[in-house]
Amino acid sequence: MKSIWTIFKREFVSYFTHPIAYAVIVVFLFLSLILTFTLGSFLEARDASLTYSFFLYLPLVLMVLVPAVGMKLWTDEQRNGTIELLGTFPISTRSVIFGKFFAAAAVWFVALALTFPIWITVNWLGDPDNLTILSGYIGAFLVCCTFLSITLLVSAFTRDQVICLVVSAAICIILVLGTFEPFVQSYSKALWDWLVASITSIGVWDHYLSLARGLFRIQDFVWFAAIIVACLFGTSAVLSAKRS
Amino acid sequence: MIEVENLTKQFGTKTAVDNLSFKVSPGEVLGFLGPNGAGKSTTMRMVTGFIPPTSGDARLCGISIVDNPTEAKKKVGYLPESAPLYNDMTVIGFLRFCADIRGLNGTAKKDAVDHAIDTCFLGSVATQAIDTLSKGYRHRTCLAQSLLHDPEILILDEPTDGLDPNQKYEIRQLIKRLGKTKTVLFSTHILEEVEAACTRAVIVDRGIIVADGTPSELLAQSGTGSLYDLFRTLTTRETAA
Repeated sequence: MKSIWTIFKREFVSYFTHPIAYAVIVVFLFLSLILTFTLGSFLEARDASLTYSFFLYLPLVLMVLVPAVGMKLWTDEQRNGTIELLGTFPISTRSVIFGKFFAAAAVWFVALALTFPIWITVNWLGDPDNLTILSGYIGAFLVCCTFLSITLLVSAFTRDQVICLVVSAAICIILVLGTFEPFVQSYSKALWDWLVASITSIGVWDHYLSLARGLFRIQDFVWFAAIIVACLFGTSAVLSAKRS
Repeated sequence: MIEVENLTKQFGTKTAVDNLSFKVSPGEVLGFLGPNGAGKSTTMRMVTGFIPPTSGDARLCGISIVDNPTEAKKKVGYLPESAPLYNDMTVIGFLRFCADIRGLNGTAKKDAVDHAIDTCFLGSVATQAIDTLSKGYRHRTCLAQSLLHDPEILILDEPTDGLDPNQKYEIRQLIKRLGKTKTVLFSTHILEEVEAACTRAVIVDRGIIVADGTPSELLAQSGTGSLYDLFRTLTTRETAA
């Protein structure tokens, strides 16, 4: 446990000593809030909720920005050679993986927390259900963790940050756009209903939106947990395989 | 005490280390010599648990690196060949991080870090960022992290690589001093270091041991009293004689 905390501390501080965390957070804040006020029609809809204005378009922003935070996690270690230090310290690979994952998740926690002005705004202008908004934030954080775990797995395969970014962004984009309403409508005409239902349940929207609407369903947590756990175990497997 | 038994490593069809066995006892400084590609770094990486061996085992103070890696790693301080460091940290920040990993707390941690900084002459650069350091200081910072937890075993991969003559002298003296109480294994290309710092030396070539003995025994074995000639005779040459 202590080693997870030590690695977490090092990685988290490292994120804020480089420009990368600041750049990603600022771009995230800009894009997510611009989409809220334009595509999300926050003011025109006159609806005291953030679900269909702010939360609806978050995955579109996260699918490319989350990999930008996660891409350096293993690639830097492999390129600098510090992976040899980590491999000879008396800590398990699992502790290092968890420490890094939690550090990147903490960066996204900070990014999401910094969107608090929109929460204050919606409370000032109307009377929203705050627990629904809280549930939406939980959903957004879980989406970040899911995309981060995918990025972590991809970063274990390569020394190159750009390849990691492109491949993990591609996977996240497929998960998001593949099940995005306009796309679903176009392919649902061509495929059987049960296939369309299966594909949409593998994608992000079904699970994320139910949380954004305030619904806590077991299948949503199972989806998030399954991908996160599978990717973290996969990372451990890839790292051991690379050395033998 | 380091006990290496029948250690073998194959990368695909290439055998990098072939059935290597040797022992290093406390108070001994073993020099690991050999041409590039002989398998020195690979052997050290297996002994420190970075890569798993294809077969065989290494025991550090009696603990097997294959069966009980976490416990065995606590006994070793390792300086990798490339002296890797986290460039965004300061020297003292990095050493404190390593001390945390090693399970040192409070005053013990502070004392260990201060002692390592003094031993490796890092006092003047302690608060500097690692990416601003020269090669000599980077090497010494990495050496400092290997000494933090006062390990019984020190494994150093080319510890004087790229250092200037003064720094080389300091490191060799340090190795000699540490070798009196610890078990030290270090690899080198520099044959003078064998006489300067080692109590025993082993020459490896293409994954197997081709010579083993004290510096005086090896000099006697060479016939000409030169370690250089012995090295040239026993190891593969890539160019014509």
